[in-house]
Amino acid sequence: MLEIKELHKSYPIGDSSLHVLKGINLSVKQGEMVAIMGSSGSGKSTLLNIIGMLDQADSGEYILDGLLIKNLTEKKAALYRNKFLGFIFQSFNLINYKNALENVALPLYYQGMKRKDRQELAMFHLEKVGLVDWAHHLPKELSGGQNQRVAIARALAANPKLLLADEPTGALDMNTSYEIMEFIQQLNDEGKTILMVTHEDDIAHMCKRIVRLRDGVIMEDSKIDQVRAKKNV
Amino acid sequence: MVKFLLEKDTWQEVIDSLSKNKLRSILTMVGVWWGILLLIALLGSAKGIENNFNARFKNYATNSLFIFSGRTSIPFKGYQEGRRIKLNLNDVERIKENISGVEYVVPSIQVQMTLSRNTLTSNFTGRGEFPLLDILAKKDLVWGRNINQQDVDEQKKVIVISDDFYKQLFEKGENPIGKMVKSEKVSFKVIGVFEAVNFGGPQIDFDIPFTTAQQLYNRGNDVDLMMITGNPSFEINQIDADIKLLLKNIHGIHPDDNRALNGFNLGDRFEQLTGFLIGMQFLTWFVGIATLIAGVFAIGGILLISVKERTKEIGVRRALGATPYLIKRQIIVESVSISLISGVLGIISGGLILMLVNKLAAQGEDAFMRNPSVSNGMVLLALIIITVLGTLIGLIPATKATNVKPIDALREE
Repeated sequence: MLEIKELHKSYPIGDSSLHVLKGINLSVKQGEMVAIMGSSGSGKSTLLNIIGMLDQADSGEYILDGLLIKNLTEKKAALYRNKFLGFIFQSFNLINYKNALENVALPLYYQGMKRKDRQELAMFHLEKVGLVDWAHHLPKELSGGQNQRVAIARALAANPKLLLADEPTGALDMNTSYEIMEFIQQLNDEGKTILMVTHEDDIAHMCKRIVRLRDGVIMEDSKIDQVRAKKNV
Repeated sequence: MVKFLLEKDTWQEVIDSLSKNKLRSILTMVGVWWGILLLIALLGSAKGIENNFNARFKNYATNSLFIFSGRTSIPFKGYQEGRRIKLNLNDVERIKENISGVEYVVPSIQVQMTLSRNTLTSNFTGRGEFPLLDILAKKDLVWGRNINQQDVDEQKKVIVISDDFYKQLFEKGENPIGKMVKSEKVSFKVIGVFEAVNFGGPQIDFDIPFTTAQQLYNRGNDVDLMMITGNPSFEINQIDADIKLLLKNIHGIHPDDNRALNGFNLGDRFEQLTGFLIGMQFLTWFVGIATLIAGVFAIGGILLISVKERTKEIGVRRALGATPYLIKRQIIVESVSISLISGVLGIISGGLILMLVNKLAAQGEDAFMRNPSVSNGMVLLALIIITVLGTLIGLIPATKATNVKPIDALREE
C-alpha cells in the first residue's frame, strides 16, 4: 500500500540547513492503522506532509499503491491528493461560509462530479457520521466534535485509499476525542488504511501500530494491541 | 470553459466569496461603476454637443464665408477714419471675375419691416435674397416653397416667413400659404414657412426676392451681406484673404484696417468646432479610461487582500484536490464578475444620467445639446475593455494565490 525508502528532507535555515528527515523507511499495508508519534521537531508532521503530497522529499523513494510519487507537478499532485488521499486536520479546516453538506461535497466538486450526484454522495457520508440533520448548518453553528465529523465525512467523500490525520483530536476534549477515535476505528474496521500523527499516548494506543520518531529517524516501530475507544466513553 | 461558466457551482462560489464580505465587495464595485458612469455620461454629453453643432451647421456649406461692411478704423488716401463702407453689386461681379476658387457669390439686402395681418402687427428683420442662397444656407421648410428665380426676375411681392413669424401673425394650425401680410408700403403673399435658425447676429424672420427689396427701399446697387462659397479644392482662408484685399483696393481701405470689412468664415469656425469636439471626445475617453483603470486596479487590490485572507482556505481546497488552474480560474471569474456587474450598473446609471441631461439641457431650440447618447458600439467597447482589464487584473491575485505552496498555505493562521 505505502512504501517509503531512505527518505530525506531538509529545510534551509539562513545559510545552513535543518535536516528534518534522515532516512526514513516505512511500509504500511492495506487496512493498517498507524500512529506516528514523536516530540515536536521530530519530523512527524514533515513525514505526513510528504506522504500527503503537500511537500516533496529531497531524496528517497515513496510509492503509494504501486505508484511512484516523484517530481509531481502541482496539477498532478492535486489530482493524486483528490483521488488517493483524505485529509483530517487538527483544526478541521472546514470552509466557514459553506454548510456541512457543501464542505463534504467539495472534493467531489474538484473531481468534476455533477451537483446532484455530489450532494447525494455527500449526504450519504454525512449520514455515516450521524450529521444528516446538521447538513445545512454552517461550521460555526456546530460543536468541535461535530465539525471534526464533518471533516471526516469530507475526507471520506472521494473514497480515498489512505486517510491522513494530523492530530485529529488535538483541538477536542477527551470525551469528544474518544468519540472521534471510535469513528476512525470503525472506518479502519471497514478496511480503510489510516495514518495518524499524534502526541497523545492514549490516542496512539487506539491504533494498531505505533511508529516513534526522534530527530528524523524511526526509533521504534511496533505492533500493539488496539485499545477500543468505545469502552472508554 | 463555456461549460464551466454555465454551471451553477461556479456562480455559487463567486456569490459565496463576494457575499462573505459584502461591504468590501460593494466598495470595490463603486470604483468601476463610477469609471463607467463617467465614461458613458461624458461620451453621451460630448455626443449631444456634437449632435447640436451638426444640426446647426448641417444646412450650411462649410467652405463658405460671409462678408458685410462696417466703418473704417484707419484714415487712408485722404479719407477720415469712421467712414462707412458700402458694398455693391459691382463688387460681387469683380469678386466673381478676379478671385480664383470662388464658386458662388450671393448678395443679399437686410430689410426691417413692420408687418401686420388682421389686427396683429409686429417688427421683423429679413432679407432680400436670391434663390441661390438656399444652396449655401439651406432652410428647412415647414410649408410651401422658397423664393425662386422667377420671383426675382419679376420683382414679385412674395414672402417666405419663419415659424416664429408664423406664430406671431397666424392662428395655430392655420395654413398660411396664399395669405397676405401687409407692410407699411405693400402687401406680400406668403409662399412658404421655414424653421428659424439662430446663427449669430439678428434672427432672420422673412425672405423676399432681392429685386423686390431693392426696389421697395431704393437700395440701388447696395449689398449688405455677401455669402461666398469656395471650390472644395481651394483653401477657404485664402479666398477670404483674397476677397478682402480686393475689396480694400476697390473701396480705398487701409490694408491693415480690420474693421471696415466684417465677416466670418464658416470653414474656419467649423474646423475650430470639429477640433474642439475631437479634443473633448479624446478627453472624455482619457478621463473615463483612466478612472476605469483605477477602478479595476482597486478590484485587483481588494482581491489581493481577499486572497491573502483566504490563503488557508485556498490551501485546504488544494489539499482536497483543487488544481492551481481551478483556483486561478475561480479568482479570475470573480474579478471579471465584479468588474462586469459594476460596469453594467455603470452603463445603466450613465444612461439614466444621459436621459436626465436630455430632459434638462437638451430641449428646445437654444439647447446646448441635442439627443445626448452613446452608440451600442461604444457600450460594447466599454464592456470589452472592462472584461479584458478585469481578466488581466485578476491574474495578479490568482497567481499570488497559487504561488504559495499548499503546505505553507495550510500552516497560515
